[in-house]
Amino acid sequence: MSVAAVEPATAAGETLLKVENVSLSFGGVRAIRDVSFDIRRGEIRAIIGPNGAGKTSMLNVINGFYHPQAGRITYKGATRRRMRPHQAAAQGVARTFQNVALFKGMTTLDNILTGRTLRMHKSFFWQLWRYGPALNEEIEHRKYCEEIIDFLEIERIRKEPVGRLPYGLQKRVELGRALAMQPDLLLLDEPMAGMNLEEKEDMSRFILDVNAEFGTTIALIEHDIGVVMDLSDRIVVLDYGNKIADGKPDEVRSDQKVIDAYLGVVH
Amino acid sequence: MQSGASRDPEGALDTFPKWLRHHAQVRGARPAIRLKDRGIWRTWNWTDTHESVRALAHALRTLSIGVGDKVAIVGANRPALYWGITAAQWLRAVPVPVYADAVADEMAYVIENADVKIALVQDQEQVDKILSIAARLPQLTHILYDEERGLRTYDHSRLHFIAEVMAKSRAALAAPAMARELDDAIDDGRADDPSIMLYTSGTTGRSKGVVLSAGRSVAAARDTVEFDKLTDQDEQLAYLPLAWVGDHYLNYAQMFVAGGCMACPESADTVQQDLREIGPTFYFAPPRVFESLLTRVMIRMEDAGALKRAIFHHFLGLARRWGEKIMDGKRVPLHARLHYALGALLVYAPLKNVLGFSRIRTAYTAGEAIGQDLFSFYRSLGLNLKQLYGQTEAFLYVTCQADGAVRADTVGPAAPNVSLRLAPDGEVQFKSPGQFVEYYKDPAKTAEALTDDGFVKTGDAGIFDEDGQLKILDRAKDVGRLRDGTLFAPKYIENKLKFFPNIKEAVAYGDSRDFVTVMLNIELASVGNWAERNGIAYASYQEIAAHPRVYALIAEHVREVNRALAREAQMAGAQIRRFLILPKELEADDGELTRTQKVRRGFIAERYATLCAGLYDGSSAADIATEVTYEDGRKGVLAARVRIEDVDVDLPVSHEILRERAA
Repeated sequence: MSVAAVEPATAAGETLLKVENVSLSFGGVRAIRDVSFDIRRGEIRAIIGPNGAGKTSMLNVINGFYHPQAGRITYKGATRRRMRPHQAAAQGVARTFQNVALFKGMTTLDNILTGRTLRMHKSFFWQLWRYGPALNEEIEHRKYCEEIIDFLEIERIRKEPVGRLPYGLQKRVELGRALAMQPDLLLLDEPMAGMNLEEKEDMSRFILDVNAEFGTTIALIEHDIGVVMDLSDRIVVLDYGNKIADGKPDEVRSDQKVIDAYLGVVH
Repeated sequence: MQSGASRDPEGALDTFPKWLRHHAQVRGARPAIRLKDRGIWRTWNWTDTHESVRALAHALRTLSIGVGDKVAIVGANRPALYWGITAAQWLRAVPVPVYADAVADEMAYVIENADVKIALVQDQEQVDKILSIAARLPQLTHILYDEERGLRTYDHSRLHFIAEVMAKSRAALAAPAMARELDDAIDDGRADDPSIMLYTSGTTGRSKGVVLSAGRSVAAARDTVEFDKLTDQDEQLAYLPLAWVGDHYLNYAQMFVAGGCMACPESADTVQQDLREIGPTFYFAPPRVFESLLTRVMIRMEDAGALKRAIFHHFLGLARRWGEKIMDGKRVPLHARLHYALGALLVYAPLKNVLGFSRIRTAYTAGEAIGQDLFSFYRSLGLNLKQLYGQTEAFLYVTCQADGAVRADTVGPAAPNVSLRLAPDGEVQFKSPGQFVEYYKDPAKTAEALTDDGFVKTGDAGIFDEDGQLKILDRAKDVGRLRDGTLFAPKYIENKLKFFPNIKEAVAYGDSRDFVTVMLNIELASVGNWAERNGIAYASYQEIAAHPRVYALIAEHVREVNRALAREAQMAGAQIRRFLILPKELEADDGELTRTQKVRRGFIAERYATLCAGLYDGSSAADIATEVTYEDGRKGVLAARVRIEDVDVDLPVSHEILRERAA
């Protein structure tokens, strides 16, 4: 019996997001200088670079939290200069944070349910009552969240307050909340920071599964080069706000500029 | 509510598919199987179950499964896999459950040895495993899977999604002629059909396929359903491995005969929570599960406030005094009963509720020896915990304890309709209603396991207590005799020692010697805790193990074991005369333990030969120098002078005296 590796239906296709000549500065600090790259539908795209390279700033630009001074961003064919985070969210961009940003006192399930907020349409009036359309709506959302809980294998901690969970699991819950938005583009800010080897392996498996199972496009920032090389389809390398390389993992790995940046050659 | 046997007076229901059809007709609306899926308990009643099994049976037949073909079942406890077992039996094919955590190689051995044609598996993990070995398994034609995740992109020429093939079957079965033919196939099933093949764990050599017949399986289950009065109101959580005889008997066979319900947990991690939600009425767990539950309760009580702690301990003390007597229906003064009732309200019932034990009528433990304190703890709370002794070859039950006649140190008298005897060398032998037919394709091993008059040799040594209950001592080949002919069962003595929290490992010697001696390992966690409270400073295991006050502490435990041994007629001569505490912990890495943490007595005796000699030449200390392997693989030499201590021996107590004392 052979496992013919049928190409996933969502194999990297048209361009989902295009960043053109973006520059961002805070006062005199130039965080991003004239960076251009694109993200194709269905791929796993990594943004890497040493500390302070501008990775998180780049992510914040993509989801509208920062507004670049120059450059254009084209998302789903529409070009824009300014976009607010909630507009980005409404258009299917979800993200996780470098430091876990969950409601610590709420359960895993409730935290994931918050990811559905944008998709709840019944008015405040209906939500006041126990029964009625709001309840039906919530049941639908709960169903979706349960799918995610099943997917991420966190049934055991469904009713556990997240503040009590170990860090690796909190990261997984955060991924769950981002998935609850049914995003087209998922931004992961250092999903594996601070994890031990086993947690990293688990998280890598989930990222690959999300990409394969839901066809979600993923852009991730990561410190751990080894993980990035194995996970991503293409990689952008930033250093001091400049893009110094862009390509497939093998190309990037052998790029002299990347090696210099990581080994700390004086600029 | 009727018991199984009275529902089927003629014994016409001699296969599980016949029981399935019977329940669908008689109690179609009663729940048969549940699964917690996506956070919600889904329930299939007997009618649904019958219909599902029927669809799956048709699907298997379409894939050309017929009489005598083997169908492997691999995965966790899921309704679809249980249905697969019944569906195969419907077609008179033979289901072969395989341990889901087996690595691909082990799985290949079973699938090949059993001539499996079709594998019914849970998910991608199992599919991947089987695909990786598929090249070596030419007779394997198809794989059916229950969970679709990750498998959509696989080549589906020989791979099928169970829900899909079942839907197709349902459509096909809409044709009455097709359906009638399949339904009639149930009546072709005969009592001597092989009903299931269970592979032994294979700790002693290659695992063997134990073939159990339909009629015998049903007969065995019928007896114990009667014995424990199980009915269609009973419910249990099916969390034991599918390939283990315990699951197939307790969850599958018993519930099929009783008409009760089995609930499949959401995942292996959520068993404890699912247990609370389901509130089973029948429960089985090995002793270590009960032990870890108790530890968790005690640790959490440490965090409670002073008042709650005081209440908890007061009522636990009360339960220890009266709880078991009340449960066994003995004479208990009224004030104690009232006091106990208050305890039930305040402590026992809430505690059982937290553990998911509120509705349990019958609970069993088996597999290893259970400590008196641990056993009594649960019983004193009002949990009807009993012991059984069994094996795959018996289709589980050989002995079991009846309500009201329960003890920690025995496994009970022969189960209903089981004949039990001891061979001259002390080996337990039995004939049981569920007795196996043969080891698959291994007549030599089958003949080896049976006596000339058809009894099965268990390989375990035991003795009968004065009230007819069996006591399992050790593996028969490990049991020896002292020079004066006294029976010496090392594991029996070691277990008694290990029930003390301060003793981690014990190795007993005495075969062909004048008396019994033991080498001990202390449990660093609890002895360290004790040392701290008593102001004893120490730097290493070696140091604290040699401390005179630790020796005094352990000597008291050994004396207590001697007192217990003195009360047993056959064991009184095997009391411990001398002991020592080893300067290092026994490690699997050093070859002193097996990977399953069992002591290797012979090897240890060789390795610590000087200590062994010291134990028997009367000296008060012995020197040892031995090589040890550190965790990072480096080797070092450990040299020590080890104290050897004598212990008092108790006079044997005759049973007349004991009985007088009790009266």
